[in-house]
Amino acid sequence: MTPIPTPPYKLPKHPSVDVVEHWRAFAPNLTEEQVLLSELVPGGAHWSCVLPRGTTLRMVALEDGANLSVVLYSAQEKMERYNAPDSLKAQYTAHYTRGHVLMSDMGRSLASITADTLGWHDPLGLLLDDSRMAHKYGYNNYQTARNGMYRSGRSGLMIEIGKYGLAKRDLVTPVNFFSKVSVDSQGRLSFVPGHSKAGDYVDLRLDMEVIVAFSTAPHPLDPAPTYSPKNVGLAVWRSGIAAADDYCRDFRPENARALHNSDMLYLL
Amino acid sequence: MNSTTTTTTAALTVNLTGLRESALLLEDAVLNHTAASGEPYLLAIRKGQTLRIVDLEGNQAVDVIFYNRNAPSEHYSNTQTILRQEAIYLSTGSVLVSDEGNPMLTIVADTCGRHDTVGGACAAESNMVRYALQKKFMHSCRDNFLTALLTADVGLGKGDIVPNINFFMNVPVTPTGELSFGDGLSAPGKYVELYAEMDLWMLVSNCPQLNNPCNGYDPTASQFLLWDPV
Repeated sequence: MTPIPTPPYKLPKHPSVDVVEHWRAFAPNLTEEQVLLSELVPGGAHWSCVLPRGTTLRMVALEDGANLSVVLYSAQEKMERYNAPDSLKAQYTAHYTRGHVLMSDMGRSLASITADTLGWHDPLGLLLDDSRMAHKYGYNNYQTARNGMYRSGRSGLMIEIGKYGLAKRDLVTPVNFFSKVSVDSQGRLSFVPGHSKAGDYVDLRLDMEVIVAFSTAPHPLDPAPTYSPKNVGLAVWRSGIAAADDYCRDFRPENARALHNSDMLYLL
Repeated sequence: MNSTTTTTTAALTVNLTGLRESALLLEDAVLNHTAASGEPYLLAIRKGQTLRIVDLEGNQAVDVIFYNRNAPSEHYSNTQTILRQEAIYLSTGSVLVSDEGNPMLTIVADTCGRHDTVGGACAAESNMVRYALQKKFMHSCRDNFLTALLTADVGLGKGDIVPNINFFMNVPVTPTGELSFGDGLSAPGKYVELYAEMDLWMLVSNCPQLNNPCNGYDPTASQFLLWDPV
């Protein structure tokens, strides 16, 4: 019997397992000892994973003008999920950058933004649905386009949360990483085209065990006349949990309390 | 009956372009319910009815979620509503849109001029985070929502408590991406009136928050009136 190894350890390599070390291309400053997995997510696609506390998800825009819609649920208790209004009002913000935390409806930090090259990610969470997509870009279904078919952010996120037994009613407001929507004094929205550039990245540290589901479909206010979703790279690496002097913990007193509440979950 | 009023608050000048009074007469209303401060309320509304919500004493946040009564997993969606009008505040002419993209209600009259879509509802847990861990035992909107839904037992539960509308609440978003809690724009007797585009459940919490100015630090009663189609 082989004893269960303690991390970090090297995965056995097998000729039938086609792991690709995508991260070497877009996150070269991470090390082999840190990286657990990486993905090259094509534009318009959707995927999800369960990430443990103490890991960090690096999201990298691989083309200009990317959009990555992300929803988060506690893996332990799926009724606990990301709550956009609670997160925004606790931090008095309508944009996300380094220091902000994504809070659950139970007053805990699900994840914290620990690095960011961009300064603004969109938390208003507007989402492209199938009818808006068809109205804007026309139909391009599987029969016509095979896997080049148009896919909406809403349908992609629904598929992903459905894999965990969640239903339509459970689809929460996403965070639209790499997108920027500003609001004027009358409340009107304006989408900033080309906000993110290839190479921009943001690190999301998991403060709990979290189901993370994402879609790379375009932002619904993206003015591009054709359906042209952008590729995004993902790398999950061992970062450790938030230290006592963590930047996000000190960013606001509300964040310190939300991180405390997450810490308590793993003490009790 | 449209008019524009400019209100100056400490932070910004607000142009309220949606002000419109109603022609409906109180004596014709088929329902007249007053919710005490801090109380929940769940009301069945029929397609074609007109609902009026009155801020009786001024600056009372009325937290509301609407559901399709014939298919309750279809709910009011703040993101679909914001996307449809490409603006975050609600007033006359705003269409409240469901998660499936269907119109649920249309605001047909409004004497307040601005209602919030992004601030959500208070909860014990969010009060802990926002103010102090020891605030957890204060009454909250989520307690009201859960009380109303679990008591009524109509197939709605915690997972259906989605981001709500805060009628009469002013939550400005600044061009630089800050969220603030602005001085209230409401006043005693201000109301908002909505035409129901489908059969609805209206879930209400008459907000009991005492930790911030959303109720002017003094939660008060609000009134609900219904008119049948003419």
